Amino acid sequence: MTIFGSGRAVHSRVAATGPRFTFYVALAIVLMFLDQRGNWLEYARYALSAAAYPVQLAVNSPSAAWHWVRDNFVSRERLAAENAALREANKALELRALRIESLEAENAQLRELEAALPDLAERWLVAEVLAVELSTLRQRVVVNKGAADGVFKGQSVLARGGLMGQVMRVGPWSAEVILISDPEHAVPVQVARSGLRTIAVGQGNTGVMTLPYLPVNSDIKVDDLLVTSGLGGVFPAGYPVARVLDVGRDPGQPLAQVHAQPLAAIDRDREVMLVWFRAGHPAAPAVESTVLPSPEAAP
Amino acid sequence: MNVRVREPRGPLLLSALIALIFQVVPLPEWLAIARPAFLVLVVLYWSIVAPRAGGLLFPFVCGLALDVFRGAVLGEHALALTIVAFLMMRFHLLIRAKPLFEQALIVFAALMLYEFVVWCIDGWTGHTLNSPLRWLHPVTGGLVWPVVFGVLSRTHRPR
Repeated sequence: MTIFGSGRAVHSRVAATGPRFTFYVALAIVLMFLDQRGNWLEYARYALSAAAYPVQLAVNSPSAAWHWVRDNFVSRERLAAENAALREANKALELRALRIESLEAENAQLRELEAALPDLAERWLVAEVLAVELSTLRQRVVVNKGAADGVFKGQSVLARGGLMGQVMRVGPWSAEVILISDPEHAVPVQVARSGLRTIAVGQGNTGVMTLPYLPVNSDIKVDDLLVTSGLGGVFPAGYPVARVLDVGRDPGQPLAQVHAQPLAAIDRDREVMLVWFRAGHPAAPAVESTVLPSPEAAP
Repeated sequence: MNVRVREPRGPLLLSALIALIFQVVPLPEWLAIARPAFLVLVVLYWSIVAPRAGGLLFPFVCGLALDVFRGAVLGEHALALTIVAFLMMRFHLLIRAKPLFEQALIVFAALMLYEFVVWCIDGWTGHTLNSPLRWLHPVTGGLVWPVVFGVLSRTHRPR
């Protein structure tokens, strides 16, 4: 009995045996293969992101509580001042909108269209960015709207000022957004002034993007506005993306070194807009050419 | 007959959850870069001190959790953590006998190996991230090891 007992004890002390190790390593490799190749784990991911959501909410709660306190204990004067400022801003926007309507009519005339085009943005949803850090050297955020609200993979995300990114992964109540400043993200852009098309690539830094594919002699200047070009099938055309910070032209190199600053308040805004664009609008992202699943196909 | 050692399963799970939260709490950028991989440190601790408590399932599940939170390929961190934890478990009696300073060096090496595996998989799956800053967290991880060890060893009876 003692021999048996001690034998078991000695044996069971070895928690990390070779076969067990091989099993887990093989399991991890199979998982990686399935996730990478087949998208077969789409539903597993969906379920796992649901499981992760409570932890993310818990991590977000101190920040949410702080904002709640700040919102609820604002003084009357500040509210009044804010109200006045907003009314002022609203007036200015109304004035510009009046002008835009006449411009749209003129544009329709020039294009020989029957009527002015409807708004590009058909519907939008305000989502809150959770104060959760995903990975340090990448630029991704979690927002508190998911498949339950109709969010889909590849959806454009706008923030105050301009384009912010696109939805990369959708959970039931949350979605992961990849920002335009992520080193793995690239936006097809167009220089608003010259119509020059290129691609703006993120650098892992909220303040700077690069335009690595411009020849030295291309028509681009500091302070040029970059808008989405509508190519690539993910983003609609014409939304502001960034402003050119500096243009380096080294005659010894074939390409210019151009940096631009994203216009969206990427690191400051807690609220972002998930936008649905009117299908069939000339500026809307093309559905056929996209590699991402269409809204109907998304889980 | 058999004197069963009570495995500290409760502290193990709780510490993993808290470490996971520490790992996703937002920090200012310069601090976030230097943030040690707390969950990895916790897994290393339990692999050295109580390899039987969680076995290899514990590192695997923690790795999967990291994959979900980090948005990585499923299995990436799970593989890296399983490898590192396996090494720690194999030599846990040896490492346990070392003074804290030497343990910190071993932990640093383990974290480097972990990050190296993750870096390789990042490259193979097309998510290359070659910032030298990604190699910073093993250093801070080694530096905070004595603290992690001190805190975690108070959560269970000494073995």
